[in-house]
Amino acid sequence: MTVQTGIQPISAARRAKDRFVQVLVYLAFALAVIPLLSVLWLVVKNGMGRFDMEFLTHSMRNIGARDAGGGAYHAIVGTLEQVLLASLIAVPIGLLTAVYLVEYGEGGRLSRTISFFVDVMTGVPSVVSGLFVLAFWILVLGMPFSGFAGALALSILMMPVVVRSAEEMLRLVPRELREASYALGVPKWRTIVKVVLPTAFTGIVTGVMLAVARVAGETAPLLLTVFITDSINVDPFNGPQMGLPLYVFDQAGRPTDTAIDRAWTGALTLILIVMLLNLVARLITWWRSPARRR
Amino acid sequence: MAKQIEVAGLDAYYGSHKAIEGISMTIEPRSVTAFIGPSGCGKSTFLRTLNRMHEVIPGARVEGKVRLEDQDLYGADVDPVSVRRTIGMVFQRPNPFPTMSIFDNVAAGLKLNGRFSRSELDGIVEDSLKGANLWNEVKDRLGKPGAGLSGGQQQRLCIARAIAVRPQVLLMDEPCSALDPISTLAIEDLISQLKQDYTIVIVTHNMQQAARVSDKTAFFNLAAQGQPGKLVEMDETSKIFTNPAEKATEDYITGRFG
Repeated sequence: MTVQTGIQPISAARRAKDRFVQVLVYLAFALAVIPLLSVLWLVVKNGMGRFDMEFLTHSMRNIGARDAGGGAYHAIVGTLEQVLLASLIAVPIGLLTAVYLVEYGEGGRLSRTISFFVDVMTGVPSVVSGLFVLAFWILVLGMPFSGFAGALALSILMMPVVVRSAEEMLRLVPRELREASYALGVPKWRTIVKVVLPTAFTGIVTGVMLAVARVAGETAPLLLTVFITDSINVDPFNGPQMGLPLYVFDQAGRPTDTAIDRAWTGALTLILIVMLLNLVARLITWWRSPARRR
Repeated sequence: MAKQIEVAGLDAYYGSHKAIEGISMTIEPRSVTAFIGPSGCGKSTFLRTLNRMHEVIPGARVEGKVRLEDQDLYGADVDPVSVRRTIGMVFQRPNPFPTMSIFDNVAAGLKLNGRFSRSELDGIVEDSLKGANLWNEVKDRLGKPGAGLSGGQQQRLCIARAIAVRPQVLLMDEPCSALDPISTLAIEDLISQLKQDYTIVIVTHNMQQAARVSDKTAFFNLAAQGQPGKLVEMDETSKIFTNPAEKATEDYITGRFG
């Protein structure tokens, strides 16, 4: 006679439920990936045709409406400068805000207010930040359209992303590490600079890259602040510039096939630039990580 | 180098909750003082008040006096940072800095506080690691991350890090509770060596450990849950474990409660 242990096989109903949910999860994943892959495929397929040296080294100056050729050099330069300037503004402010929220705010009224407004900023549509810079920087202060004005608009969009991601990462740094540092007689600010920030470094870089990726493709705020040009303008502080999103927008609106092709290639270039920046960030974090020295 | 600590009428709070009340004691230099008592009785809190680590927790505060020789640690013009430099601390869980190598971990307290030449640092790091009985195990891999060591080695690394800044007192908050018996033995041997030079205070849940390593033992208890912890008695370790003055102490060390 077998002893009754009360341990039973998995019931058929639970097996079926398990299967069902498993299928659902895979389906949801496929649904989420299909648009991504299809966009990538389309951009690569349509963009490869004009992805050549001329495209990367020439502007659209003196390219007539029906002419083939031309390139996006001016837009690439513009995008790189605008994103770099935006990062230079948004990353320090965002990082310091996150440090304040995590290390000094201690849930007080000011830090709760800041948190609230960061959330509000996250929800601001990109065109609104462009409008704000247009109204304030260009119309009220009388500054010219410029790459820098665009960078201001982009930095408004970057800031909340940087704050949120850096805040998360700083909160992940264990209390014990801060205490270990305090117990050695290290002042709080040095603890933050030398222990907390380096520990959270990898995560912060990832967050910054997400923010960069987010703003690199923004069109609307640039349209209102950077304006559009067909010429190379390497000075981001003076005169209209171009940006890759603007370039795509501009070329896609033109009626000729050559322009449409350029738009596709512009989109491909933008994706490649963002990927390249991500790769660089990965390399930096890998180079800084303790695992490398093991 | 080692100095005496005198505590008088010390209360510590977390917000409005009073965690310990009315503690007075004298901690002798060049000796090991052990704090024992049930969980939540405030031993660790009290330990942390001795180097002003208690107040780094938001809302925490301290009332009463702690004197290191003649200086009041809670005086109005005392810099808590310099108090912590003078009174080092080792924590329950080994907490080496994950981004730093073994060398940098030991040198952290020095590097983060001032300028030292490479040769000075080399010397201090070697001395500290030798002092923590870790030198022979790590001397060939000082550049490797500290987090790659075993738990016991990490804890000795933390002790090396604490003694590298040349404190006068070393506080240890259950330094062996996360370690295996062999690592524990290594740490206990180390404590016996370190008391030649330092005043050592150790919180422990392990009464055999208190009996093995300490010269004096203080027993803490709390009347009921939610009540502040108090010092029940403090005496020579041999007396506490053989013939305590208080009934509560005897009950605790014989395992009748806690």
